Formats: sequence, C-alpha cells, structure tokens
Amino acid sequence: MKTIISGKVWKFGHNIDTDAMAPWKTLNAGWEERSSSVLHIRPGFIDQVGSGDIIVAGRNWGCGSSREQAAENMKLLGIGAVVAESFGRIYFRNSVAIALPSIACTGVYDAFGEGDEMEINLNTSRVFNLTRGIELKGEPYTPDMLKIIEKGGLMNVLKERMSEHQGG
Amino acid sequence: MNMTMAEKVMARASGQAQAKAGQYVTAKPDRMMVHEAFAACAWILKSMGIKELYDPNRVVVMLDHYFPAPSVSMADVHIMIRQAVEEFGIKHFLGYSGICHQVMCESGHVIPGRLILGTDSHTTSYGAFGAAGTGIGQTEMSYVLATGEIWMMVPYTIRFHLTGGPVPGIMGKDIILQIAGDYGTEAAQYRSIEFYGPVADRMCLSDRQTMSNMGVEIGAKFSFFEADEKAVAYVRKRTDEPVDAFGPDEGAAYEATHIVDITDMEPQVAFPHNPGNVKPISSTGNVPVAQAYLGSCTNGRLEDIAVAAHILKGRKVHPKTRMLIAPASKEVILEATKCGYTRDLMEAGAHILPAGCGACPGGHMGLLGGGEACISSTNRNFRGRMGSENAHVYLGSPATVAASAITGRLTDPREFWNETTV
Repeated sequence: MKTIISGKVWKFGHNIDTDAMAPWKTLNAGWEERSSSVLHIRPGFIDQVGSGDIIVAGRNWGCGSSREQAAENMKLLGIGAVVAESFGRIYFRNSVAIALPSIACTGVYDAFGEGDEMEINLNTSRVFNLTRGIELKGEPYTPDMLKIIEKGGLMNVLKERMSEHQGG
Repeated sequence: MNMTMAEKVMARASGQAQAKAGQYVTAKPDRMMVHEAFAACAWILKSMGIKELYDPNRVVVMLDHYFPAPSVSMADVHIMIRQAVEEFGIKHFLGYSGICHQVMCESGHVIPGRLILGTDSHTTSYGAFGAAGTGIGQTEMSYVLATGEIWMMVPYTIRFHLTGGPVPGIMGKDIILQIAGDYGTEAAQYRSIEFYGPVADRMCLSDRQTMSNMGVEIGAKFSFFEADEKAVAYVRKRTDEPVDAFGPDEGAAYEATHIVDITDMEPQVAFPHNPGNVKPISSTGNVPVAQAYLGSCTNGRLEDIAVAAHILKGRKVHPKTRMLIAPASKEVILEATKCGYTRDLMEAGAHILPAGCGACPGGHMGLLGGGEACISSTNRNFRGRMGSENAHVYLGSPATVAASAITGRLTDPREFWNETTV
C-alpha cells in the first residue's frame, strides 16, 4: 500500500455510528444491496463519492458495534482514508486489520472544508490541507500497525507467518 | 510498580511481571468468545488452509444474534458453524443457551483477572467479575484463533467513585446512563474503567453486569468492578478452575477519578438517537410508546425480570402498547418461571420471547415500524438500530420499561415501585 495518500474531502459530523455505516439488515447481503444503505444518514452520498476520496469526521467516528462491515464498507466504497478527531476503538482496530487508513487528528474537523484536497503521510501521520495550506499532526501508527497496513491487512500478515512456519 | 486492574491483566496475558499504561504488548487471551461471526472466521481460516486452531479449548462459540434462525440462509449459516465447530475440535459450543455475554458468565468462562476477547462490543460485560473483556472484529479474531495472540495497548484507567444513596427506584442502568449523559460517550475512549466505592460494593452482580456492559457506550476497552466475595462466589459455583478475588494494587496510577453521587438521582432515559442523549425521567414529557422491550445482554437477567414482574403483577400492559420480554438466557427463563415471574408478566399481557439478541441489534422478533417509539432496556438507540430508520428508541431501566408498558408512555417507575436496589 502507498504511504502517501491524497484525495478530495467529504465531511461528516460527530458520533457517526457503525449502524449508520453498516445497518444490521444488510450485514450479510451482497455489495449491491449493502452499498445502497452505507451512510444512509446522508442521502445521495454513495452516488457522489469517488474512488480515493477521503472522509473527514468529527469525534467518535465508528462508535458502537464490533461489526467489521462498518470499516469494510468504507473500503468497498473506494474511500482512501478516514481522518477523524477520534475513533470508536473497535472500528479503529478493524480498519487497521483490513488496511483502511484511519488517522486520529485533533483539529482536522475545523481545518478542512468539504471539497478541499488532502494529502496524508501514513509514516508520519502528517495531514496536509493542500487547498488552504494547513498542516496538522495526527496520532502516528505504531510500527506493528503500520506493518499490517503496508502489507494490505492482518490476513496477509497471517499468511506470511503461516508460510514461515511451514518453511521452517 | 502498583498496577491498575487493566495493567495486572495485561502483564499476565503478555507474560511479563509488569505492564504500564500506554505500552504496546503481544497478549495471549485466556478465552475467545465468538458468536455468529464464527462463520466468517471459519471461512477465512479455511480459505487460508488453516486446519488447526492455536488452542480450541480457549474458544467458546455461540449462536445468539440470529437465534432461533430467522431465515433459511441463517439456518444454513448455523449448519456451517456447527460443522466448523466439529472440524476445529471446539468443545465449548453453547449455541442454544442464550445471549453470549450472559452465557459466558453462567458457564464459568468469565474468571476474575482473565483476558477475554469476543467478536462483540459488549464483551466489556465481563468486567463485572473482574475480567478484562473487550471486543474485536472477525479478521482480528481469525488471527487470534490461528495464532493465540494479538497486539494490544495497555490502556490508561479512569475511575468512577460511586457514592451516596441508597435511592429507591434506581437501577445500575440509571447510573450508567447518567454517566453517559454527564461525561459524554467518549469519557472512557480507549480506556479502562474501574467502578468502585460504596454503591459499587453493595450493588448486585446483575447491575454490575449492566454497567460493565454499557462501559463500551462511553468508549471503554475494559469496564471493571473489583471481583469481591460476591463475584467470586458466583464464579466458583460455575467452574472447577481456581477463582480468586481480584482488584487493583493500592497506589495504582489513574488518569482521572470521577465522583458520582447517586443521592438525588432520578431514573434516566436516553433519547434518540444516541446513548449519551440522556434526560432524567421528570423532564421527558409526554412520549407514547408502541413497544416496551425488556431484554438483551444489558438488562435481560433474573433481577431485571423480577423488577418488571413486581411492577406488572396485578396490572395490565396498556392496550396500545406491546410488551416483549427476551430474557438473556435459557437459565434466566427457567429461573423466572420457577419464581412465578413469567406467569405474572404474561397475565399482565407481556410476551415472553426466546433467549437471544432478538430485536436489540435490529435482527428479528420485535422490529419497529416507521414512526414507532420503543422504550427499551437495551444498550443502543442509534437511528435504525431496532428496525425502521424512522423509529425512535428510548433507553431506560427494566423498571422504566415495565412502568411505561402500563401507561403506554414514558413513565417514572417510582409511580409503581419503591424498592431499593442500589
């Protein structure tokens, strides 16, 4: 995975919960049905969002359930990264496990307007507003987390680990 | 070094003498609890050619979110899960016993001082018995099932000193709702909670389970009470493994201590669509409810049903309201029946549903239609959580649910019930 990510920003508010990202009734459905209700709290979003776009959110993005589909749906929508004031804990772990870049960054909500261009350096968690010329420092990933993301997710780490065991 | 409960558990689980808040460790959990997410885990592991789990004896598999099967496709998923349970040699299959968190406690898998990971956010419930329970997703669970370990941060700890009272008509649910309202739904984000003080000491285990359960609604990773004599006695009856009292070291370092005085507390209700949108019952206004729902891992225990039965005995559920009771486990239904509670509740007009998650996460057995309001003893009232996106879920204690079922609108339970539980 690339460690420099850039894209156009969409803004969401505080406390956007997992049920809004992945409603129960769609958890086991195919992507076509699932996609129709992702972030249904903002009608029309899924038709407007483009591949590689970035979500900027307020506090507690992904609060609630352990359902991995919440983070997975962002990835399937083509979201390149989510940068929020803070994240629900399990959502954050899930996003690391499936290699969806998620950066907690104080001040990001006010520093970006919808449509601004953002650039993120995953190695340093520095976040740039290219439109307004603002630079922010997000919370850095630990080396372990960064390794999981760079390898494209925890399952790839597991695959390597298993083949090492078999090889050794 | 004097350690918090979280630090002590994480030190042991990572094979170290000490662990310090903020440190990252590789932890080996003592138990892995997997509900229907096991279907996804089994699929992931099999697709990678993994045929053996790290330690199948640490794994407990449940069926609760979709039990009894609401559709043919879920019945087929259950078949796949049972097959995978056999293939992986998992002995602890408790698929037909009730909601995972209640059953984990009833069946002796929750032991003070242990680390338990579950594919469910409300795994924090185990903190009621001094165990470090926390939720993870299915990919991470698959990794843990295969390797027996996972990266974790040793969390910082905040304390809630529960004092004051006793107060009639209040339950543990009211206290945790008031905390969510006063301190916000991020009060314990990424953190471990320790509830302590005189109210915590005298609180029944069921109310502790409610509060530990909803710790995750204020962001908590773990949500502890000290494992005292009461907790130890409960667990010892249910396991042959050694069980000891467990608490923090004296002088452990806390990030913050909040004092919660319940002396003047009223019953609390969380308004749509967030568990932190809390009001005291006296300022809720006239809110008619189409459904009163008593159940879930939060408040579906014998003590909860007993309170509802006391309130509803000899009274009737309002004709414009339906009351659904989904006990947390088969054991709870059996005990409630022996005590005569199910009869009292049914004579009042309530429906007794099978033990399971039911309508709480929006699965089945009591979903809400557009525009309907529900007073619910569950844990979340996110938009669309229990059915229609246009429904309104109000969270309250079992007592508030029962009282509201009688009048057909949000009602102060103290109109019908004046007993003291906390």
